[in-house]
Amino acid sequence: MSIDKDTAARVAKLARIKVEEDALPALAQEFNTILGFIEQLNEVDVDGVEPMTSVTPMRLKRREDVVTDGDQQEAVLANAPDAREGFFAVPKVVE
Amino acid sequence: MTDLNTLTLFDARDKLRDGDVTSVELTEACLKAIEGAGDLNAFVHNTPEIAMEQAKAADARIAAGDAPAMCGLPLGIKDLFCTKGVPSQAASGILEGFTPQYESTVTQNLFDAGAVMLGKLNMDEFAMGSSNETSVYGNVTSPWRRGNDDAALTPGGSSGGSASAVAADLCLAATGTDTGGSIRQPAAFTGIVGIKPTYGRCSRWGIVAFASSLDQAGPMTKSVRDAAIMLEAMCGHDPKDSTSADLAVPNFEAMLTGDIKGKKIGIPKEYHMDGMPEEIEALWAEGREMLKAAGAEIVDISLPHTKYALPTYYVIAPAEASSNLARYDGVRFGHRATLAAGDGITEMYEKTRAEGFGDEVKRRVMVGTYVLSAGFYDAYYNRARKVRALIKKDFEDAFAAGIDAILTPATPSAAFGLGEMNDEDPVKMYLNDVFTVTVNLAGLPGISVPTGLDHQGLPLGLQLIGRPWEEGDLLNTAYALENAAGFVAKPGKWW
Repeated sequence: MSIDKDTAARVAKLARIKVEEDALPALAQEFNTILGFIEQLNEVDVDGVEPMTSVTPMRLKRREDVVTDGDQQEAVLANAPDAREGFFAVPKVVE
Repeated sequence: MTDLNTLTLFDARDKLRDGDVTSVELTEACLKAIEGAGDLNAFVHNTPEIAMEQAKAADARIAAGDAPAMCGLPLGIKDLFCTKGVPSQAASGILEGFTPQYESTVTQNLFDAGAVMLGKLNMDEFAMGSSNETSVYGNVTSPWRRGNDDAALTPGGSSGGSASAVAADLCLAATGTDTGGSIRQPAAFTGIVGIKPTYGRCSRWGIVAFASSLDQAGPMTKSVRDAAIMLEAMCGHDPKDSTSADLAVPNFEAMLTGDIKGKKIGIPKEYHMDGMPEEIEALWAEGREMLKAAGAEIVDISLPHTKYALPTYYVIAPAEASSNLARYDGVRFGHRATLAAGDGITEMYEKTRAEGFGDEVKRRVMVGTYVLSAGFYDAYYNRARKVRALIKKDFEDAFAAGIDAILTPATPSAAFGLGEMNDEDPVKMYLNDVFTVTVNLAGLPGISVPTGLDHQGLPLGLQLIGRPWEEGDLLNTAYALENAAGFVAKPGKWW
């Protein structure tokens, strides 16, 4: 399995990371090195093995479905790059 | 009197309780040491005001006869821990200016136990790296050097600032985190002790997430006893982390008897790697002899899937990272790119993330995105999760056969020079974690103990791996190894 420039561009798009056109070949090469290393996993017989979901067997705890926190608008917005009138502000999303 | 910043937690605790020293004096000694250690680039956000305030409060508590475990002891905190009102950037440009409005559970536990925070410690960006060369703050330099050679060496990573600071006596101990070896490898490179507890022992709440199923916090200290003292203060059940174990925390320090008679120590044959330096093999053989002389039984074991641990890790960790790091979108916190006219929200995400993340982080996020993408999810991600189950089973089989702990080298080499790996492909750097990463995949506790020096005078460490939730027993075995090795070397001060 070899990653070409187009696949690298598609992955960058999916990851929402802008990669300049001229950087794509080198990126594809790096992916190939890493994925080549990962390919070793194909040697392992995994028939009948359940994929691990939790490394320490545990039941997730349940709690009452009640509000435990709130009224933190100021704290929530304190680190926002652009907060206005109590909201996060972003570029126009809907035309 | 010895310089106060060079004390262990244990010695400082005794001196505080005996009234021989105050927390203010200890803290001032550390702050002075930090001021003179700019060359190491270990501390990146200093918090002297907070430290002095906490030290005074600790002295008042001690005077009032209320001295909890860490009372008055000055620590460094890895930048990955969110600390209220103090910049916490995970050494990333994307969290530039981020000041948490809350405190991580681990740091809160330490503060509740009376600890003093000197400042935040440098690290690899988002804990992704093995040499502390991916930080937005720049490289950390190890206090250690090869003999008289003044080439700058790596302290290891990702907890490189923590390792450098503890080894250089800038603080009494430090917090670290370990996803694939990020506590144990830097501890081994700098001649200190580092333990990664069982997955679930320390709450992950308020620790910037890298790979949630692998991340664990732990202490980095000057001795095994110190590791026991500090780990006990850090861990405990936390309802805010759903994977935090609701188990009582034992008194780890009380379990340090040094008696390991009859303990079965496993030596996994798969950890003899091709091309491993002679010195590492010799160090490992010496470790076996030391434990045997202390009364343990040495047993050859097999962990057959060891070779697949690193490739498994490099599917699972990037996959989880790509999900965790999706939150850095320029909306709620941290950096947002300056947008051009007509840029919409997608351009905002893409430019923000391109500017804010470093190369290694981008690489891992994109690899993670790829292995989780439609068509490859089964071939890569699900297969890796199956192999992970087999790796865990290898350990379970060994423990079921009566093995109490497993002894391995901590790293495949001593510390290398900063920049020496620049021209290598990323996979070469990943090999640093070959002995440690299995432990994260299996969720087990692992500890690195310094046991010798290489021919250039650089520290080398051995790793002990324990049964789940049996950190106390593991620490005791490590204590016996530490006693037998008698490692006392310190780096000569050049900074």
